Amino acid sequence: MTKLAEKFRISSGSDWGFSDLRRAHDLIAEIAQRELGLDTYPSQIEVITSEQMLDAYSSIGLPLMYRHWSFGKRFARDESLYRHGYSSLAYEIVINSNPCIVYVMEENSMAMQALVLAHAAFGHNHFFKNNSLFRQWTDAGGILDYMEFAKTYIAHCEDKYGETAVERVLDAAHALMTQGVSRYPRRRGFDLADEARREAERREEEARTFNDLWRTLPEGKASRALHPELVERQRLLGLPEENILYFLEKKAPLLKPWQREILRIVRHIAQYFYPQKQTKMMNEGCATFVHYHIMNRLHEQGVLDDGGMLEFLHSHTSVVFQPDFDDPRFSGLNPYALGFAMMQDIARITRAPTEEDRLWFPDIAGNGDPYGTLREAWVAYRDESFIRQFLSPALIRKMKLFSVHDDSRSDLVVEAIHDERGYRAVRAALADSFDVIKHEPEIEIVDVDLDGDRRLLLQNRVHHGIMLEREDAERVLDHLAFLWGYEVSLVEIDAVSEKVLRSFDAGPPAPVG
Amino acid sequence: MNIIDRRLNPKGKSLANRQRFLRRAKKQILDAVREASARDGITGPSDHRIRIKTDTLREPRLHQAGQGGERWHIAPGNKEYVEGDRIPRPPQGEGGGRGGSPDGDSEDAFQFVLSRDEFIDLFLEDLELPDLLRKDLRETEGATPRRAGFQTSGAAANLNLVRTMRNSLSRRIALRRPRPEEIAAREEELARLSKTGEADPETLARLAAEIEIERRRSRRVPFIDPIDVRYNRFEDVPRPAVSAVMFCLMDVSGSMTAHMKDLAKRFYKLLYLFLSRRYARVEIVFIRHTHVAREVDEETFFSSTESGGTVVSTALEEMVRVLRARYPLEQWNIYAAQASDGDNMPADNPHAVALLEQAILPACQYFAYLEVGPEDERYGGSTELWRAYQRIAQAGQAIAMRKVNHRSQIYPVFRQLFSRDKAVRTEGVA
Repeated sequence: MTKLAEKFRISSGSDWGFSDLRRAHDLIAEIAQRELGLDTYPSQIEVITSEQMLDAYSSIGLPLMYRHWSFGKRFARDESLYRHGYSSLAYEIVINSNPCIVYVMEENSMAMQALVLAHAAFGHNHFFKNNSLFRQWTDAGGILDYMEFAKTYIAHCEDKYGETAVERVLDAAHALMTQGVSRYPRRRGFDLADEARREAERREEEARTFNDLWRTLPEGKASRALHPELVERQRLLGLPEENILYFLEKKAPLLKPWQREILRIVRHIAQYFYPQKQTKMMNEGCATFVHYHIMNRLHEQGVLDDGGMLEFLHSHTSVVFQPDFDDPRFSGLNPYALGFAMMQDIARITRAPTEEDRLWFPDIAGNGDPYGTLREAWVAYRDESFIRQFLSPALIRKMKLFSVHDDSRSDLVVEAIHDERGYRAVRAALADSFDVIKHEPEIEIVDVDLDGDRRLLLQNRVHHGIMLEREDAERVLDHLAFLWGYEVSLVEIDAVSEKVLRSFDAGPPAPVG
Repeated sequence: MNIIDRRLNPKGKSLANRQRFLRRAKKQILDAVREASARDGITGPSDHRIRIKTDTLREPRLHQAGQGGERWHIAPGNKEYVEGDRIPRPPQGEGGGRGGSPDGDSEDAFQFVLSRDEFIDLFLEDLELPDLLRKDLRETEGATPRRAGFQTSGAAANLNLVRTMRNSLSRRIALRRPRPEEIAAREEELARLSKTGEADPETLARLAAEIEIERRRSRRVPFIDPIDVRYNRFEDVPRPAVSAVMFCLMDVSGSMTAHMKDLAKRFYKLLYLFLSRRYARVEIVFIRHTHVAREVDEETFFSSTESGGTVVSTALEEMVRVLRARYPLEQWNIYAAQASDGDNMPADNPHAVALLEQAILPACQYFAYLEVGPEDERYGGSTELWRAYQRIAQAGQAIAMRKVNHRSQIYPVFRQLFSRDKAVRTEGVA
C-alpha cells in the first residue's frame, strides 16, 4: 500500500485535525476516481459547529439566504427539537454548487468525517455534477453568486420599501413556490431570420407534397373556431401556463418592478431545488452506495481501523434501516434504504446475474461493469424512471413489497405482491409513488377576463378524485389575488370527465385607508 | 480541495430571521408571555418556554388533500397477504401506514424558548421610564478595551505591521543600509568588468572592497530590528453602570386580603422587570407596614399578615430612613411604588402628605400609588388616602396613581403609567 496509507489511520476517536481531513480526502479521492470512476466538482469542506448547522438547516440548506420570518420559525422549531433531544442533527449538509460545499460538524469522530467526505464530497457531488436533471435545470457555478445577489437585493428592498411590504410579497411568493417551477423547457421566441427560414421551409414542404386531391376534401368543423377570441387571448398571454410565479412576474398588471424581481428570485430558487425533489432516492442511494464502497475499501487497506469500521457500520445500518409496514417505526419507504438496495442489486446483476435477471435486464446482466452501469444510470434517470427501469424481481422479493389499492370508501385491496404476476404492477405502482408530478396538483393558469374585470382563471385537473387541501388552497388564493391585483378563481375539474368539482374565489385585499 | 474553518464565524446568523419571526407571531407570543408572567416569581426565570399556535405562522401551499380519492400505496415487509386480500380500513382512513400531511408541517402548535431579553422587550414594548437619569458613574459593570496608540512590547497578534515597517524603513535609510538590488548591480558590474578585462586590477580591487563593505553593512544593519517593532496598545475604558433602587411599600394590615396582595405583587413584578431592562443594577427594598413599618425580605413581604392599625406615614418614614442610610441621591435612581387598600388613620394623612411632598417626591424619579380593591367592588368611592394623594398630584408633583380591582387590570394600568404618551400617563389623576 502507499506510504501515505501506512502512516495514516482513521479511527473512531474524536481527535482529528485539518491535516487528517485532507489526508482522508486524498485517500478517498483516489478510490473514488480510480475504482468508481467518479467525476466531481472540486470540494470545499467547511467545518462548523452545531449551532451553525442549525443555522444552515433553517435557510433550507443554502449558505446564503435572504431574510424572512419563515426561516426564523424553522430555526426556532429545529433548535427546540434539538435542545430537548427529540432530534439529532445531520452529520453533513452538501450544496449543489461549484465548488461543491460540504458542511461537516466539528463533533464528528474521524471515522464519521471520512464517511461524510465519501458520502457528500464524492457521492452527492458526483450526482450533482452528472445527473441530467441537475445539468439541465441548475447552474452549480452560479448559485452562490445568485444567492448573494438575492440577499442583497431583498435587503435593499427592505430598506427602501419597508420590511412589511417586502414580507407581504415574499409570503405570497412562498405560498406559490411549488407552482413556480417550469417542468418543461420553455419554447424560445423566434427571431426574424429564424422565422423567415421556417416560412421558406414550410412553403417548400407544401410545394413538394402538393396534391390537388386535398382540395376536394370536405372541411371538418374546426373545434378551435368555436372560441377564436379565447385562442387569440391565450396565445397573446402565453397561456395555459403552469408556472404561476413566472406568469405573474411577466404579466401581473399592478406589480412594481422590485416586486417582480422578488417573484423572480423565489422562482429561481424553487427551480434550483426542483431536481432534488425528483431525485431524492437516487441521490441518497448514489451517495450511500459510494460511501459504502469507499469505507469498505479503506478498511481493507488498513487505513480505517476496526473501531472506526464498527462505528461506520453502526451509522450506515441505521441510515439504511427499513422497518416493515406493520412496525411502529414505519413511516413510508426510506429513500436511503431503497436507493442503496437498488444500486447494490444493479451491481449484483452486472456481476453475477441469475436466469431471471438475464430475462429482465438483457442489456446489463453479466456485463461485468457495475460502476460503469451505475454511472450511466446516475446520469440519465430520475427516481421514477430509475425504478421503472431497474427495480428487479429479486429485490421486490427481498423487500417483500406489495401494493394496496385504496378507494377511500370500502376495504383496502391488496393488488399485487412479490410474485410472478405482481412484479410489474408493484414496480409501476412504486415508480408512480416516486413521481413528483403525480403528487402535486396539476394547476394551470388558463384564462384572463380581459374584457371584464380582469379575473384570473386557474384550473386544477383532478386525477383519481384527489382534490386540493381546502383551507390551504383558500389561503394561497388570497396571496395570489394580492399579487394579481384583481379577482382570481380556481376551478377544480375532473381530468377525465371535465366536470367541475369545486371552485374557489378570492379578491385582492381592500386598499388600506 | 479546500478546508475552511467556519467555527469562528460570527454566531447568530439567523438573528434577523428570528426578529422577523417574533414580530410576526407577536400577538400570540404576547398572550403566552402574559400567561407565563402570571406563574413566575418576582424576578422571574432566566428564560421562558413559550408555546404558541402556528395559525398566523402557517405557510400555505397548494397541495393534494391527505384524504379522499383513489390511491395506491406501496409498503415493504409483506408477511401473509396475497393478491386480492381485503384489509379492513384502519381508522382515520390511513392505508398501508401512509398518511398525514405531505410536508410534515401539520402540528398546530410548537414550543420554543425566548431569551430573557426578548421576553422583557416584548413584555414592556412601547413603555418608557420617566425621568431616566444617569447617576453613579463610579459604579462600573466592566471595561471595554479601546485602541490607544502603540507600545514596544505586546502579543504577536497585536503587532502593528504598518508602524513597524515605517520605523524599519526610516532606520534603514538613516543608517544607509544598501538595498539588495544595489549590491547585485555592483556585483554584476564587477563580473562584467573582470570578464571583459576593460578595467585595471586596481579598480577591480576597489570595487570588490566596496562590495564587501556594503555586504557587511547590510548584515550589520538588520532589515527589522527589535527597536522598530510596535504593537497596538489597548486601554481599558470602564463602562459606567446606571443603577436604580425600587422601593415596594405595602400595607399588610388585616384589611389587605390575599387578593389585594396578589394584585400588588403583580404590579411590583412588572415594575421590577421594567427597571431591570433599563438599569444594569436594580435593587429592591421591601417595606411593609401596619401601624409600624419594617424593612423585610421578599418572602415575608408577601406572605404573612400582621394585625394592627394602619399608619401610612410609618412606611414613608422608614423609606426616608433607608434612603438616607443606603442610597445617596447622586448615585441612585429611585423609584417607589406603594400599594394600599386606601385605609389610613385619618389623623395620619397630613403627616404622610407632608413627608411625601418634602422628603420623598423630590428624591424620587417616580412614585406610583396603587390602590387595590376587592374583586367584586361595585361602587368605588375614593378613600381618604386617595383624596390626600390626589391633592399632591394636582399640585403637579410626580406622583402617579391608579385604582385596581382585578388581576386583568394590572397590565393595562402599568402600561398607562409608563406609556410614552404623556397624556395617557397623567389621565385619571385629575
